Amino acid sequence: MTSLRGPNAVDLTLNVNGHDRSVHVPPRFSLLDTLRGPLGLTGTKLVCDEGDCGACTVLIDDRPVYSCLTLAIATEGRRVETIEGLSQDGTLHPVQEAFVEHDAYQCGFCTPGQVMSVVSLLRAKPDAREDDVRRAVSGNLCRCGAYPNIVAAGVAAAKKKR
Amino acid sequence: MPGLRVLKSRDEFEGEIYTSTVIVEGDDLPASRDGAPTAEIGRARPRVDGRNRVTGRAMYTQDVRLPGMLHAAILRSPVPRARVRAIDTKKAEALPGVRAVLHRFNAPEIEFRGEKTLFRDEVKFVGDEVAAVAADDSQVAQQAIALIEVDYEILPHVVDLEEAIGPKAPKIDPDGNVHDAGEYKRGDFRKAFKDADVTIDVTYRTSTQMHNALETHGAVASWDGDRLTVWESTQAVFGVRNMLKDALKLQPTQVRVICEYMGGGFGAKLGTYKYGVIASLLSMRLGRPVRCVLTRREENLAAGNRSATLQKLKLAGKDGRIVALEHESWSNSGQGRWAANPTGPSNTLYDIANVSSTAHRVTTNAGALSAFRAPGYVEGTFALESAVDELAVAMKVDPLTLRKRHARSVTDPRTDNRYSLKRLLECYAIGAHEIGWSKRRNAGMRGSQPHRRRGLGMATQIWGGGGGPPAYATVHIETDGTAVLRVGVQDIGTGTRTAIAQVCADELGLQLDQVTVRLGDTDAPYGPGSGGSVTLASIGPAVRIAASEVREKLLVAAGGILEMPASELRIERGSIVSKGARTPLKEVMPKLDNSTIIGTGIRHPNPDKLAIKTFGAHFAQVEVDVRTGEIFVEKIVAVHDVGRIVNPLTAASQVQGGIVQALGFALTEERVVDRGLGRVMNANLEWYEIPTSMDVPEIVVRFVDVPDRKANNLGAKGLGEPPIIPTAAAVANAVANATGARVRHAPMTRARVLKALAMVEAS
Repeated sequence: MTSLRGPNAVDLTLNVNGHDRSVHVPPRFSLLDTLRGPLGLTGTKLVCDEGDCGACTVLIDDRPVYSCLTLAIATEGRRVETIEGLSQDGTLHPVQEAFVEHDAYQCGFCTPGQVMSVVSLLRAKPDAREDDVRRAVSGNLCRCGAYPNIVAAGVAAAKKKR
Repeated sequence: MPGLRVLKSRDEFEGEIYTSTVIVEGDDLPASRDGAPTAEIGRARPRVDGRNRVTGRAMYTQDVRLPGMLHAAILRSPVPRARVRAIDTKKAEALPGVRAVLHRFNAPEIEFRGEKTLFRDEVKFVGDEVAAVAADDSQVAQQAIALIEVDYEILPHVVDLEEAIGPKAPKIDPDGNVHDAGEYKRGDFRKAFKDADVTIDVTYRTSTQMHNALETHGAVASWDGDRLTVWESTQAVFGVRNMLKDALKLQPTQVRVICEYMGGGFGAKLGTYKYGVIASLLSMRLGRPVRCVLTRREENLAAGNRSATLQKLKLAGKDGRIVALEHESWSNSGQGRWAANPTGPSNTLYDIANVSSTAHRVTTNAGALSAFRAPGYVEGTFALESAVDELAVAMKVDPLTLRKRHARSVTDPRTDNRYSLKRLLECYAIGAHEIGWSKRRNAGMRGSQPHRRRGLGMATQIWGGGGGPPAYATVHIETDGTAVLRVGVQDIGTGTRTAIAQVCADELGLQLDQVTVRLGDTDAPYGPGSGGSVTLASIGPAVRIAASEVREKLLVAAGGILEMPASELRIERGSIVSKGARTPLKEVMPKLDNSTIIGTGIRHPNPDKLAIKTFGAHFAQVEVDVRTGEIFVEKIVAVHDVGRIVNPLTAASQVQGGIVQALGFALTEERVVDRGLGRVMNANLEWYEIPTSMDVPEIVVRFVDVPDRKANNLGAKGLGEPPIIPTAAAVANAVANATGARVRHAPMTRARVLKALAMVEAS
């Protein structure tokens, strides 16, 4: 039987970027607020806070989710990955590298979400083509309009993987 | 002080000419002789801050967390116009965690944006600031504002532009809702219009576009008892500093503003707004840092917009030329006290002998406008360039041919000054070739399916972008032989940091990764705001001078260390090079101990009696589904003449981005305000539709790329705004070419296209 928790702050253990992290937050806290607040991972951005823009995209068990619409408490026992966990020992992930090479950003505010969406796509479909990339980031708004270069970066990263 | 002089400089900002006093010291550098790429300039370089942007390390205002930081939230008016009779804050103040509540009955008198108070006694739009709360966390702050009870005396309101102009509208301003916002005349419009062979008289409308920068406006203010440090998402750190020091009656040195990374502004972040003053005031009162960051909804109510416009144009043709043009406009400025004048392009773009224009600002009970990427010119060019096509059809002339006849002039018709450089005809030639203009037929083409029609259209862009003084740069060499470039400008996502690093590295003979750029901080000497496409053309020439001074000093110093005359040395790729020997700077510099080589550079004034402009043309290929009214933009070719291109990679990004934003303006973006309630019905990113990755056509970007040597020592002009200007008209003209239907209202939604198609069928 599941025990009821809350409404006051509760202890949670979240697996974020390969490490178990303990936080003490109310059960109504979104994953986004938990990442940006108690966990100090501000790379994930808040833009609309209601699932319209994709800026807060993180991966849960490899799949892209809007962390503003996800309760932190619902991610216990699952693998959460954020933009901070992508590069290893100072080496950029191939998708990050492709974003830099192709100038796939302008202000950079949507970039963490865009990168996570493309990373997730390439894990599921390493031979992704242009249409796949365009669709994969169709839930990630970019107000600067960097889409042509974002798609080009995704395609280049896929080619590199092949 | 020898060589110091005080001069006047005439510079253009957002379509207006301003004269400013500047102090000039020393001589300017000559412009480079030709446009050939050098070691760095003209090379496609990935951004120097790219790593920070893709790893999440880039620190935005939203990410600033300070010890003991409080969170502020703002209570906003739910009604479009009312007198605030009383405010009861007892319940809010009783909430645990609430530290302060500010409102019009307890806030100090503060002069801000032309008013004497932060919280109006008469609130004037849905979203107007009524009260503010500082609390331990943002949830408590939000709960607290919900507990504030306000007694409103409701007053009559008007939100719609055309309703506000009409006779039945309540007077929002004591002297009426319609105000003069600019007038211009040359020649005799009336006579020329009367004597013409062909005339048209047409009305255009554009809807309110909202910026929706992904990072909302916001500030974190921290008062240490003597000095205020403010992190703000801004395009102008000095603009924010000056507004805050004036509002709070502080000295310039008591306010420091920082913005290293910012998540988009597009014109709406050229200064601070009430949230910045509220955060600062609360921090000064409570002695703790205070964060005030707007929500998406607040962003769309109270942080600026591109005004809706009503525009009436009359054009006349005779003997194959445009002989007369009249342009009258009304802009819905909401509670703003200025108008983004849409008649600018009509006054300046073409060599037309008889021109008359009048602009009006209309006050309504809606949020104030703010600059939005080429303010006025986007709206005005949609109307002007649509009308020119309509006249071309009436005159039975190819619309590109008609434009060419009026684009040859080498003088600015408004001032009679010669252009420093104008390559518009080349833009036309390149664009026409790339889109395949020769295959255009007056009656359009068959589309890819039976119910689709295909068409081609084009439109022209004119804008300023010459920049000007004052702007300063300092460069110093570190003990490891690398350079630190410090400027008072900011990088709002356009790639300024990278472009000026390239200019610095190029002049100094360093590699790009040997230059560190420090910007976005008022602790540096003054730099202009990143608006009006002025940044690179303002700061770039100053960076060149500073780097050049360092290079000369460095050669003398290295000569002393290496025991060689400086004249036999040069710097290449980070090394001192003499006949047959290369010594890396990182080996030379330690021998100087902690002696530091510093160079400073200033921006010299713009040349007298020259008009510095940017030009360009967009060509569009579209398909229109005549059953549904849907427009499918297939291809946009953009050609711009903006002087020398410092970084072709980031320059192309600017153009792509401008086009994507322009397509939003042209096709989908439209603020919807309920007339009865005065509320913005789509103050979110679900119902306000900005383009997604699925909405982007093939985009071809070309530059004329010839340095404007008379404009400044770098030969570069601005590129931030030009690419958003002509797209909507090019698309409208392509739609008209495809279907014969003229859509005179942007955005060209399916409903509007269907209506225009029905008009064609009826006639």
